[in-house]
Amino acid sequence: MIWVDTIIQGVLLGGLYALFAAGLSLVFGIMRLVNLAHGDLIVFSAYMILLLVSLLNLDPFLATAIAAPLMFALGWGLQKLVLNRTLGDDILPPLLVTFGLSIVVQNALLEGFSADSRRLSAGALETSSLSLGGVNIGLMPLLTFLSAVLVIFVLNRLFYRTALGRAFRATSDDPVTASLMGIKPASVFATATGIAMIVVTIAALYLGMRANFDPTIGPARLIYAFEAVIIGGLGSLWGTLLGGVIIGVAQTVGAAINPEWQILAGHVAFLVVLVLRPRGLLPRAVD
Amino acid sequence: MALLETHGLTAFYGDFQALFGVDITLDAGATVAIIGANGAGKTTLLRAISGVLASPGAAIQFDGEPVGHLEADDVLRRGIAMVPEGRKLFPSLSVEENLLIGAHRRAGHGYWSLDRVYELFPILAERRSNPGTALSGGQQQMVAIGRALMSNPRVLLCDEISLGLAPVVIRDIYAAMPHIRDSGASIIIVEQDISQALAVADHVYCMMEGRITLQGRPADLTRDAIHEAYFGGAAA
Repeated sequence: MIWVDTIIQGVLLGGLYALFAAGLSLVFGIMRLVNLAHGDLIVFSAYMILLLVSLLNLDPFLATAIAAPLMFALGWGLQKLVLNRTLGDDILPPLLVTFGLSIVVQNALLEGFSADSRRLSAGALETSSLSLGGVNIGLMPLLTFLSAVLVIFVLNRLFYRTALGRAFRATSDDPVTASLMGIKPASVFATATGIAMIVVTIAALYLGMRANFDPTIGPARLIYAFEAVIIGGLGSLWGTLLGGVIIGVAQTVGAAINPEWQILAGHVAFLVVLVLRPRGLLPRAVD
Repeated sequence: MALLETHGLTAFYGDFQALFGVDITLDAGATVAIIGANGAGKTTLLRAISGVLASPGAAIQFDGEPVGHLEADDVLRRGIAMVPEGRKLFPSLSVEENLLIGAHRRAGHGYWSLDRVYELFPILAERRSNPGTALSGGQQQMVAIGRALMSNPRVLLCDEISLGLAPVVIRDIYAAMPHIRDSGASIIIVEQDISQALAVADHVYCMMEGRITLQGRPADLTRDAIHEAYFGGAAA
């Protein structure tokens, strides 16, 4: 029974990693842009929620609802004013610029909030659990996982069932021909990054409620996100969820064998998939 | 009355000049054919008109207004749609999605709709759920034409729509041109297939090395004159 419990905890933890990764996957799927500041933007968003909670005495969920449109605007502006200028045949400029952005965000947060660890308080939700057939499931991990499934479902519907999604896919295929259809690739990319920042805000909410955070933890979140995207298959949203779950299960199983192996087991799972299926488990065509 | 005109149009790829003062006129309701050998500048001319290639603002006039400075998405919104060379369908989209994306920025209602495109090319209705790039070359060309029509253009630019297609397929595609013109669209066709171009056009321009070397009504152009304008005096 303990192994069943371990695997369930791993699946639920995977939901958090999938949330970290979904925005990254969306942006990569549309514009082949790897945003190295993605993890730092999650942390930035967590501080934004913390600020709203502290200043306005809001519930973290309500604060997230306020932060999400602000982050959308930030992502839209960032893409429109900065990142669009780096896109082209050479993949190096966006990597360098987002790496620089990562350093800027970390240092700005250190300057503004110090290096102290912070946390978002979720009240009774933090300790509530359900008992299902002898297995106790924490409400917070369950809510995280369900949120991840909902986010992936909504993004998938957006991508494959709406005019905006058609524009995303057409622009991803061929920006020049897309412009002949009346599409402005620069605006499409900005909208995609804005939506990715809404997902980042949801990820930040659960990051902040489930663990302590400080300005320097962004790059580690980026690595988990990146691994989930690669495992799932570049650009595949459901694959990203699967990737997150595989990392989560690997970590909890690794920790059950030896607590020191938790982080290592996730990375090993990533390397195994990379060796066996370099294109990932669910390449985009499967979506 | 001229709907679309170019005046001394020049175009460059970096330092390389591809067009040298090109003047063409498209009257409302007319079909104009641009013929010429490979590298004559025909596709460059359409890329400039469609806004893919930058050109001086006043060098292209549409409905009496300069449009040369506009980008491709704004040119489409004014009512100039393009069927690009090589079809350029979107691989991620189905046939129907490829058609719908053509209506992405359509303002208001017009003649063309999904149903009307399916009436024009019935085979596309049967293949509507297939990936656009899984169709035969001729069917892909039908999708590319339908996609451009979905924006309800006032001017349709067709770039080498017969390229790589079997004669029977070319005939089917050209059979749609009168219907497209009857819908209110004026047409510019870039072609290497001279006989097809002469059969549908009201006016023909022949290009060589980025310049117009001959123009006139198809009935007024002799075979020798076209040959000389197409290949140059030495070849003739």
